[in-house]
Amino acid sequence: MKTIVGLEIHVQLATATKLFCGCSTDYRDDEPNTHCCPVCLGLPGALPRLNRKAVEYGLRVAKALDMKVPEESEFARKNYFYPDLPKAYQVTQYDKPLAVEGTVEIEDDEGHEKIVRITRVHLEEDPGRLVHVAGGSKYSLVDYNRSGIPLLEIVTEPDMRSPQEARRFLNKLRTILEYLGVFDGDREGSLRVDANISLEGSERVEVKNISSYKGVEKALTFEVTRQKNLLRRGQKVTRETRHFMEGRGITTSARGKEEEHDYRYFPEPDLRPLRVAGWVAEIDLPELPVARKNRFMAQYGISLNHARTLTGDLKLADFYEEVAHVDPALAATWVADTLLGELNYRNMGIAAVPAERFTELLALLRSKTITDAAGVQVLREMLDTCAAGKPCEPPAAIVDREGLARATESEFTEVVEKVIAANPQAVEDYRAGKNGALNYIVGQVMKETRGRADPRELGRIVAESIDTGGV
Amino acid sequence: MAGTFDFSPDDRCNAFITTCSTAPFTDGPLAGTAVAVKDNISTAGIQTTCGSRILEGYVPPYDAHVVELLRNAGAAIVGKTNMDEFGMGTTTETSAFGPTRNPVDPERVPGGSSGGSAAAVAAGFVPMALGTDTGGSIRCPAAFCGIVGLKPTYGRVSRYGLIAYANSLEQIGPMARTVEDASRLMSVIARYDPRDSTMLDKPYDHGPTADIAGLRIGVPEEYFGEGVDPRVAETVRDAIGVLEGLGAETVPVSIPGMRHALAAYYVICTSEASSNLARFDGVRYGPAVDTRKTWHEAYQDLRQELFGTEVRRRIMLGTFALSAGYAGRYYAKAQVARRNIREDFERAFRDADIIAGPTMPTVAFRLGEKSDPLSMYLSDILTVPANLAGIPAISVPCGRVDGLPVGLQLMGRQFEDERVVDAAFAYEQEVRA
Repeated sequence: MKTIVGLEIHVQLATATKLFCGCSTDYRDDEPNTHCCPVCLGLPGALPRLNRKAVEYGLRVAKALDMKVPEESEFARKNYFYPDLPKAYQVTQYDKPLAVEGTVEIEDDEGHEKIVRITRVHLEEDPGRLVHVAGGSKYSLVDYNRSGIPLLEIVTEPDMRSPQEARRFLNKLRTILEYLGVFDGDREGSLRVDANISLEGSERVEVKNISSYKGVEKALTFEVTRQKNLLRRGQKVTRETRHFMEGRGITTSARGKEEEHDYRYFPEPDLRPLRVAGWVAEIDLPELPVARKNRFMAQYGISLNHARTLTGDLKLADFYEEVAHVDPALAATWVADTLLGELNYRNMGIAAVPAERFTELLALLRSKTITDAAGVQVLREMLDTCAAGKPCEPPAAIVDREGLARATESEFTEVVEKVIAANPQAVEDYRAGKNGALNYIVGQVMKETRGRADPRELGRIVAESIDTGGV
Repeated sequence: MAGTFDFSPDDRCNAFITTCSTAPFTDGPLAGTAVAVKDNISTAGIQTTCGSRILEGYVPPYDAHVVELLRNAGAAIVGKTNMDEFGMGTTTETSAFGPTRNPVDPERVPGGSSGGSAAAVAAGFVPMALGTDTGGSIRCPAAFCGIVGLKPTYGRVSRYGLIAYANSLEQIGPMARTVEDASRLMSVIARYDPRDSTMLDKPYDHGPTADIAGLRIGVPEEYFGEGVDPRVAETVRDAIGVLEGLGAETVPVSIPGMRHALAAYYVICTSEASSNLARFDGVRYGPAVDTRKTWHEAYQDLRQELFGTEVRRRIMLGTFALSAGYAGRYYAKAQVARRNIREDFERAFRDADIIAGPTMPTVAFRLGEKSDPLSMYLSDILTVPANLAGIPAISVPCGRVDGLPVGLQLMGRQFEDERVVDAAFAYEQEVRA
């Protein structure tokens, strides 16, 4: 049974001011209702004035997704009552969106490249936010700081075939938006998704207001299971809107009025039609993920997998390019595999890692001053200090302090002899041809030297020691 | 010469909702001139109600652009004038603050919806006032009260701070006893404001001149047809004769789209109004909503209670006209009719420089006479075309019928407000002499 997914994604554009007034968009740590004016409060008589930057950002996205920008687009009013909507209508775009018909390339579940078609993108204003006071209060509070933040709504065709694909699409889209410099995914609530999902031949269900990347995959996975179970029991899937309960990981039916909305769209008479098709040619797009991936492979000679991982996140790609000069291949392995793993484990972002210190670490590895194993120890030490908000110690200092410099041959010959002497049984086994015995002995030496010896080199020395009958 | 203006009119005609007994003013071209402002124009620190109980007690935190300009020009804002609730009426009787009476005859309405501004000028309380005109709301009361009123070209005066009734139709404009004063007030308020995106940067800097030799005046048959009081028509024809005497020539023109003008107008203005007025929910300003009810119920009850009958009627009409399944039949068709009228005027203005006709089909009604909404709507037939076309139109007094004033309406091409002002000025100078 084929799963069919289409998404509507609302992203907050990272402009300095709101869509229709001069209020600052940087409200997240501020008191409620401190980033407001007559326009975004919807006071009687106030009029919208379109933010040019928001239009430019929208067109940047349109160009990057290879979309058509019609000669004329238009704002419209979407009328509905809700306490967070101060004018009781949202200024959005309806039948004349900013841009139509684009594409995004993702990997399908088999790892093949596939195209997700973009139906349209349009600009609209974010409503305010209701704050429900804990303890069953008789009223709710409204914060209009968010009111009027520019949103870009991106609508896809139903081209995704699994919750995982949907998530990969979102990651890809986020990367593109970040590369374009129009979106800051780290801002809380900067991305919200409505997902349409159906099983082939069944009715479609819309899951509204999912506010995280993981949430989308979770909500959709839940829906696939729910819908399959319905069909298995001989029931039908009802066409409906459902809400995603992030905390419980389930969707619940949003029965009632909400579904019967007639938004009574009509052209916003306070704004003129938008004629911006001519702006598109003026837009210089930055290098986008696919181009950067190809360049990484060509310029640094690194693998497709490494290039893909490194360019999958703007900041990670920038970081790689800052440290690559030491040794591109070594840097790719250490950034894409080791560093990323350690960061994920600590739930840290790449922004917390000073590139300069990491460059020093790579230099120590390249000059074989330390072994890979010691390098990992040094890196962990560095990240723990960064995570604690302390200045990152130079890796060389950590190596000195912890005595992690690669052991010299004479230094570990001593240890080898000690270990061989302490493990006569293993030596016997090795002589009897059991290969595992050698690894055991090497492991013991590694343990004694705390990773300061290179295991391959060590294997050779241990074998030589035993073979020459030292003991 | 900054100072304060002491203002305590004997307001027997109920022209004002709010008066400011001591109004401060500064230096400027209007220094010390008392100006009344219609109560749908936002004034920082002065209650602004739109003639509605739903905004009772609302004191805007900001000035409309025109009010800023008035203050900077030295005008003393002495009060906020009565009006049909949210501008929805032709008589000023739908105001929640009681009807305004016509200073010419207290048993008559002053016209509307800017009836308070017209009455304040006609009664001599102020030399000039601001009105707003969505479908005739400046020109109708100007005609009924015997004063001058100009509806500017759409986009000539900033609507920033004007509490919207029908955004695509309305403009703020000057009302005064003389064309010259109306023109002076226009020079102050017609200044570019980037906050109104529907505006063009075409400031009005004009002193009226009476030379109209060679001016071609279009006289549309539709303005003298059925429904127009023959005595009003006659008075207006005489006035056009005066202009001919000054060297203008008349040419016959036609606005066939007038057939659908009223229907189109009422669909468009109610549609826009249904959206504009949705924000009055008692959450942010005005009388507070009852928080013990569910929000949906609370909104419903508050709006039922605090909007007047005519406002509720128009909100319902507009909501219907925009509804799924009906918008094509009503809203979309009205836009087509609007385009036709605009094109009719463009065609007529190829042969004529201005177009002349009566402002209103009759003289002022008796209070309570237009209790049937449809007959009230019909009386807007001669004023709404200029709003649909976005063209400038002025009403200038041109005589009396039964002792009640009649208005001559002069309409011009878009952004040729100066030309209609000059023609009105020429007429006024000639009949005054």
